[in-house]
Amino acid sequence: MCVAVPLRVKSITDLRAEVEMGGVSRVVSLDLTPEAQVGDYVIVHAGYAIGILDEEEARETLEIFRQISDLMEADDEIP
Amino acid sequence: MMKYLDEFRDPALAAALVDKIRGRSTRPVRIMEFCGTHTVSIFKHGIRELLPPTIGMLSGPGCPVCVTGNGDLDWAIALASEPEVIVTTFGDMLRVPGSRSSLEKAKAEGADVRMVYSTLDALQIAKDNPDHPVVFLGIGFETTAPTIAASILQAEAEGVDNYYILSMHKLTPPATRAILNSGESSLDGIVGPGHVTTVIGSQAWEFLPRDYGLSCVIAGFEPLDILQGIYTLVDSIESEEPRVDNVYSRSVRPEGNQVALEHMYRVFEVCAADWRGMGRVPASGLKLRQRYRHFDARERFEVDPGPSLEAPGCLCGDVIRGVRTPPECGLYRKVCTPHHPVGPCMVSSEGTCAAYYLYAGEQRS
Repeated sequence: MCVAVPLRVKSITDLRAEVEMGGVSRVVSLDLTPEAQVGDYVIVHAGYAIGILDEEEARETLEIFRQISDLMEADDEIP
Repeated sequence: MMKYLDEFRDPALAAALVDKIRGRSTRPVRIMEFCGTHTVSIFKHGIRELLPPTIGMLSGPGCPVCVTGNGDLDWAIALASEPEVIVTTFGDMLRVPGSRSSLEKAKAEGADVRMVYSTLDALQIAKDNPDHPVVFLGIGFETTAPTIAASILQAEAEGVDNYYILSMHKLTPPATRAILNSGESSLDGIVGPGHVTTVIGSQAWEFLPRDYGLSCVIAGFEPLDILQGIYTLVDSIESEEPRVDNVYSRSVRPEGNQVALEHMYRVFEVCAADWRGMGRVPASGLKLRQRYRHFDARERFEVDPGPSLEAPGCLCGDVIRGVRTPPECGLYRKVCTPHHPVGPCMVSSEGTCAAYYLYAGEQRS
C-alpha cells in the first residue's frame, strides 16, 4: 500500500533531489518535503520524498531494542 | 548494507522482542494490521509463527488496489480502450480482473496502457505526447494522494493541458471507523499504517481510544518495528489503557507532514467513496476540487463501462474487512492463484490472499 524506503540525499536542484540506494542513483521530488537537506535520509514513495527520517530517533529506537535484548539475556541467565 | 533498513532486521534483537511479547501476553487478543505492506512484512518474516497463540493477527483493508471497486476499475478499462487515450498506472492495477476484462487485457487488445512508478513519469509522458490525453489512475491512500496533488500543481504551473487524473484515492481513518462501526470483527487493537501516518500524523488516530476504547500503535515495516509495535499494543491492551503509541518515531510525528497535507487538501476535497467489500463509505474518498476539475478524467471523458459484476464465490470483500481469511474462500489455491487470480487480493503484491498464498502455504487460517 505504501512501500517507501529511506534514501540518502546526495544533491538538490530546484526541489529535485538525487538520492542513492545500494549504489543506484535516482531523482525524486522534494515538493512535499522542501526543508530536506543534502545528507538527509528521506522516505521515498512513488517518486516523492514524503518525510525526512529523524536519525536521532532511529538511533534511540535501535538503542531501546539493544537494551531489551540485554535485559532479556540477563533474565535468561538468572538461575 | 541498506542504512535504516538492515539494522531493523537483527534476528537476535527480534528474538528478545518475541520473548518480551510472550511474557506480556496473558489473554487472547485480536489485532488488525490495517496496512497491506505490514501484512506482507509480517508474513515474509514469519512473525505470525513467532507470536504466542494468544495473539491473533487479522489483515485489514490496507491494499489500495484491493479496495478499488469494480465500478471504478471497469471505468478505467473502458477509458483505456478509447482511441488516442494513454492510461498510466501503478503496476499493481494492470492484472486486477474487472467485471469483464482487465487493463492488461485491454492493453493486449491495443489500448495504450503504460505502467509508471510515479506521477512524475506520467507527467513526462503527457509532455512527450501533447496530442494525446494522458490519464493517471489515482489509487492509494494518504501516502500517495499528496504525490498526485503535487503532480497536478506542477502540470498547472508548466501549462500541461493533456494530463488528467481518475481519482480513486481513499482515506484510512474513515475506513477504520466503518469496519469498527459494522461490528463484524471484534478487535482489541490496531497496528496503524506507518507511511500513511508519516503524512497524516499519529494524532489522526486518537479517535480510536477516545471513541472506541481501542489501542493503536503506529509501526514501521521492518521485523523489529512490527514486533515492538505488537509488544506495545499488547502491553496497552493488557493494562487496559487504550492509547495511541508511535513506535515509528524516526518517520512519524504527531502532526504528520503539513506540507503534504496542504498539497492534498488544496487539490482534493473529501467525498464518499465506494470500497470493495464495504460499499459506499461516507467522507472516505478524495475528488478534485472545482478549481482543478479540468484535470478530472470523469469530467473530460464519457465512457460506459457497463454493469459491474463480482466474481462468483470470491470472498475478497470479506477478507478486506478482516471477517474471513483466504483459506476460508472456496476459490483460494484452487481456481484463484497468483498466476490465475480471480480477485484483487490475489493479484496485488500487498493483497492478503497473495501474502497467504506466497508465505502461509497450507497452514492454518
